[in-house]
Amino acid sequence: MPASRTTLETRGRILRAIRGWFESEHFVEVETPARVRSPGQEVHLDAIPTGAQHWLITSPEYHMKRLVASGMPRIVQIGKCWRAGERGPHHLPEFTMIEWYRVGVPLDTLAHDCEALVRVAFRAADRDPAVLGAHVPFRRTTVRELFALHVGHELAGDESQGTLHVLATAAGVAVGSATAWDDIFYQVFLDRIEPRLADMGPTFVFDWPAPLGALARPKPGDPRVVERFELYAGGLELANAFGELTDPVEQRRRFQEESRVRAARGKPVYPIDEALLAALPKMPPTAGIALGFDRLVMLALGVDRIQDVVPFAEH
Amino acid sequence: MYDTSDIRKGLKIMIDGHPYTVVEFQFVKPGKGAAFTRTKMKNLLTGNVLERNLRSGERLEPADVETKTMQYLYADADLFVFMDTTTYDQVQIPKETVGDQARFMPENINVEVLFFNGRAVDVTLPNFIEQPVVEADPGFRGDTATGATKPAKIPTGASIAVPLFISVGDIIKIDTRTGQYLERVGRG
Repeated sequence: MPASRTTLETRGRILRAIRGWFESEHFVEVETPARVRSPGQEVHLDAIPTGAQHWLITSPEYHMKRLVASGMPRIVQIGKCWRAGERGPHHLPEFTMIEWYRVGVPLDTLAHDCEALVRVAFRAADRDPAVLGAHVPFRRTTVRELFALHVGHELAGDESQGTLHVLATAAGVAVGSATAWDDIFYQVFLDRIEPRLADMGPTFVFDWPAPLGALARPKPGDPRVVERFELYAGGLELANAFGELTDPVEQRRRFQEESRVRAARGKPVYPIDEALLAALPKMPPTAGIALGFDRLVMLALGVDRIQDVVPFAEH
Repeated sequence: MYDTSDIRKGLKIMIDGHPYTVVEFQFVKPGKGAAFTRTKMKNLLTGNVLERNLRSGERLEPADVETKTMQYLYADADLFVFMDTTTYDQVQIPKETVGDQARFMPENINVEVLFFNGRAVDVTLPNFIEQPVVEADPGFRGDTATGATKPAKIPTGASIAVPLFISVGDIIKIDTRTGQYLERVGRG
């Protein structure tokens, strides 16, 4: 059911409050193109085509990183993203993303930002974040800790896919026909870890295995994991943050590998964003994050279905 | 073969060699990961409920199961004989497949028979039956409020605990799942 008038009024207040918070933190709000030639390489994100050789963005990150590289140290964008085929109680093919970048800060600064934004959203909704079981600062853990706790196995992050398969099977997880590293990992994660996160109160999960790195840089001192966190709250995956990879050679290698996997799986292969790769060498150390705005509204209102916080849920 | 995009309520699939029917399903997608369908399924043989996260593109084997409405005709040694109400074919089903609930299966009643790989594996009775009382001690008038009960027999031979005012010839309604008397629906 689409959102009621009351819900839409609250959603509007939360949006205004969030814009105000970013302004108070001296961010520049930017708008980058929604229709692009390189909508991303990620194996599991499919873009919606719009005219010849153009797609709607699945995320604004490529253009925003180019702005960071051009010398903008604090930028935020609140806008629509589109992902083909994603529809469920936490997914719509068209949704609103808050994406922001901070130059020269550790990844944990973005975690503090998230804590502040959750507070801001609850205040705007006139609700007490204590209902989340939230203590501030929110709980911080790592993928390794969660594996040890809920799967009963150590996961260093540099296991071969064969080793991971054995580990998953030994833990009693039905991996089915999965052979790719990330497919086996997420089968274990969904079966054993994600259901437990729902009861933990808001939790940041840091240090993801290197094969799930995407656009994150290896963690200094422990390259088996990357600088990445995900924020889970109220059973929702709310945000994903990276210590941004700025090495154009490594980034090109990852893009090419992802394109190869897409082609092998019969998925459309999008052109590699050469302008982004050209800009990376000029990009200072940066932390970047995407937070689902619709899900933040769900959290602040205590609503279970994303369809209940948007005015036209069929889209 | 099915794949995860075919998943819907009531879809019958094989999991680990057992037939299941989908009860609930939900699209889930961990950040940066593949899409999965969180699927709640009921084992058609045992009734046990199982939850599985089925990855997009995973192939699913259809379960060869079919439910037919059949009429119970008569008992014969270790067997019950049923008739398909559409084709009039007769099928023999071992008494052990029907189990204890046979106590509430009077002749000519329509039941649902579940076939798995062509073999009858389960019989489901209607939740309620209405049967005449064929044997009961005399009742005591005016003694309805005490909650006291006495045994009464129905034609299948089952003994039901009924209120004291029930007498032979009364039609009573019984819950076949619990074997409990519910109400008197006709007087003898």
